[in-house]
Amino acid sequence: MSGERERVLEVEDLQVRFATDTGEVPAVCDISLHVHTSETLALVGESGSGKSTVALAAMGLLPGNARASGRVTVDGTQVVGAGEAELARLRGRTASMVFQEPATALDPLTRVGAQIAEVIRNHRPLGRAEAAREAIELLRRVGIPEPEQRARAFPFQLSGGQRQRVVIAMAIANSPGLLIADEPTTALDVTVQAEILDLLRGLAADSGTGVLLVTHNMGVVADFADRVAVMLNGEIVETGPVEEVLLRPRHEYTRKLLAAVPRLVFQGEDPAPRQDAPVVELRDVRVRFGRGPRAVRALDGVSLDVRPGETVGLVGESGSGKSTAARVALGLIPPDSGTVSLFGTDLARSRGRRRRALLSGVGVVLQDPVASLDARMSVAECVAEPLRMHRRGMSAAERRARVAEVLELVRLPKELMARGPRELSGGQRQRVSLARALVLEPRLLVADEPTSALDVSVQRTVLEVIAELQRELGFGCLFVSHDLAVVQQFAHRVVVMRAGCVEEQGPTMSTLLRPRSEYTRRLIAAVPVPDPVVQRRRRAGVTV
Amino acid sequence: MTAVLQTAPVEAVPNYRVSLRKFTRNKLAVAGLAVVLLFLLFCFVGPLLHSTDQTHTDLGQVNLAPGGAHWLGTDAVGHDELGRLMYGGKVSLLVGLAAGILATVIGTLWGAAAGYAGGWVDAVMMRVVDAGIAIPALFILLVVSAITTPDTAGLILVLGLVSWLVPSRLVRAETLTLKSRDYVLTLRATGGTHTRAITRHILPNSVSTIVVAATFQVADAILLVAYVSYLGLGVQPPKTDWGGMLSAGLTAAYSGRWWLIVPPGLAIILVVCAFNAIGDGLRDAFDVRGRG
Repeated sequence: MSGERERVLEVEDLQVRFATDTGEVPAVCDISLHVHTSETLALVGESGSGKSTVALAAMGLLPGNARASGRVTVDGTQVVGAGEAELARLRGRTASMVFQEPATALDPLTRVGAQIAEVIRNHRPLGRAEAAREAIELLRRVGIPEPEQRARAFPFQLSGGQRQRVVIAMAIANSPGLLIADEPTTALDVTVQAEILDLLRGLAADSGTGVLLVTHNMGVVADFADRVAVMLNGEIVETGPVEEVLLRPRHEYTRKLLAAVPRLVFQGEDPAPRQDAPVVELRDVRVRFGRGPRAVRALDGVSLDVRPGETVGLVGESGSGKSTAARVALGLIPPDSGTVSLFGTDLARSRGRRRRALLSGVGVVLQDPVASLDARMSVAECVAEPLRMHRRGMSAAERRARVAEVLELVRLPKELMARGPRELSGGQRQRVSLARALVLEPRLLVADEPTSALDVSVQRTVLEVIAELQRELGFGCLFVSHDLAVVQQFAHRVVVMRAGCVEEQGPTMSTLLRPRSEYTRRLIAAVPVPDPVVQRRRRAGVTV
Repeated sequence: MTAVLQTAPVEAVPNYRVSLRKFTRNKLAVAGLAVVLLFLLFCFVGPLLHSTDQTHTDLGQVNLAPGGAHWLGTDAVGHDELGRLMYGGKVSLLVGLAAGILATVIGTLWGAAAGYAGGWVDAVMMRVVDAGIAIPALFILLVVSAITTPDTAGLILVLGLVSWLVPSRLVRAETLTLKSRDYVLTLRATGGTHTRAITRHILPNSVSTIVVAATFQVADAILLVAYVSYLGLGVQPPKTDWGGMLSAGLTAAYSGRWWLIVPPGLAIILVVCAFNAIGDGLRDAFDVRGRG
């Protein structure tokens, strides 16, 4: 489009290779792209596509084992091969970066105002007082209330969203021509994500800053980007205006990627309610962390149940208590008051052998694909562990047969049995976790964000496997997720949590389409939809 | 969504092979290993090739300078110094290795129990460790040696009992992180026992930390035996160890009989440095946290 506008970032034939123990791994192969002033280019792709590497290369921040070649110019300065001194002048002044995790991007021991002032004084000859004043002004610009007081706060005294605002304030402190945002909202709740995207959009429009947005989230792209470049295996496979790419994708991969994104639907009917006795039931559960006046009420009078064959989605923002509720249901956290009954038996009153027998009817899949499996065990050993615990009489041959059977159930090839978890991809690992959860034919499956660390295309296959096995085996499923679109697709009933309380619960469709509480409505409104047109309409119509 | 990305799946290299390769690449650590092996051969196989009488005094052969039949000369009561270096080294290495391992075993059990139990049990157990660390080990050793005259087994026991504190802290820290890993949580939520969690997951995953700690413990123990014996409170004559030899040779050193003090001194320095080099190499190979 408008070619006469200045290009703040220009990448030409960039190649990046990483030297590893097992040889050189190409990460980026011959890519070219550019960002104009006051436009946002979204670089999208799945993990391993090389999109973050491009962002780091643009800042000259590649790790020591990387070898880059090609041309990357930021505002006319060549970055590849530039010296540290030259890069230091560039970073924070001409180009600045917003990282994914605001908690680690800030110095925990320095007040946020001072951190912003430092960035200012690094590049401009300002006095201490003047820089401090400007820092407060920046905090006001990024929408932090009472900036005079907040400038004196330490990072831990701010919420995740506020911390990300501070990081953004630091990034724009010297009015850079180029802002690189690497997954700036991935660590944040949807409602906060919407606010941060609003902020970035406003800032870019006001000051004419060009933005390179690196993300895996198509909803964020639709919400924010002007142009999109889709990366696959280190190459750009498609690039174009956002409406073009998202609504009329030309490349096979883009189409596949878009099809895999879970979308909120705006019509549908509730499934028939189930009448069987619940497999797990929490009644008026209260959990407190800590003691005395500073105790945190993690759960405050939570009641919910899961019946056989149904999936109950537990949704809410981070800190709402949804994971705590799942852990209470699993007996990992004893409630301070209220009862938990598992398969009709009070969990608090059963101990030792009886309690273990009761728990053998439960399968668990947790969020982190890396931490979920013991790296020292082979896949077969991981899956066989519940059998060793609860089917003592089983012979080694029977055990092997059962493990093979379950691996087939979750569609993992038998060849993987002898492999270690570190040799598997994230999606494969989560399927191993699922196989381990299902090996004893559980009556209850508790899944805490089982797919949130996975790419969308992988997420979809894992979810499909769970849904299919549920139809086949009839277990009840407590499904914790922050992703409303996934829950809408996958759950029969939904429980919305907020600050340790159940805000509302009911059949999925009627609850999400006609929410009774303002909070649920806000959650739904904040879910980005991978469609720029719809997104714009929602943004105009719905006040967040 | 991490910064460093890999397009190809990681090649299947078993864990221990990677560690072994890293270890062998560390020249200092390999040298350390060689030194330790040489000393073990020297002390335990050496006496078979160079047989000497280390129990009876031979007053016709006192204070001979190196040369002739006595390569390293003889001491004030006529013991062959080279033979004595092997004889004393047996005690030093045996006590050092055994005490270091004992300390690591006690420390591992204590630390794992404290870390896994958590809450007030952990608090009480770790305050015990804090209190123990506040008292210098050498002081306890001196008190114990003043009360009884320790033999080799006694020395091992006492040294082991005063130096398990640091490994217990390391293992506790490791246990604390491991017990909140998702796979341990999953195990507990599906009816796995505590025993299983500790023996199948937590201890095997802390093996690298434990092994590294053990190496440093052995080095420290060898040094401690030397201290104690130097002060005349270790194994009693005619038995001896390197520290005892140093102590016996001290007066002679002023009269120019360097061969009574340089060889045991060098032996202590070499072995302790070698164990530390092995420890450093293992720590880097396993990629775990260091000492204390």
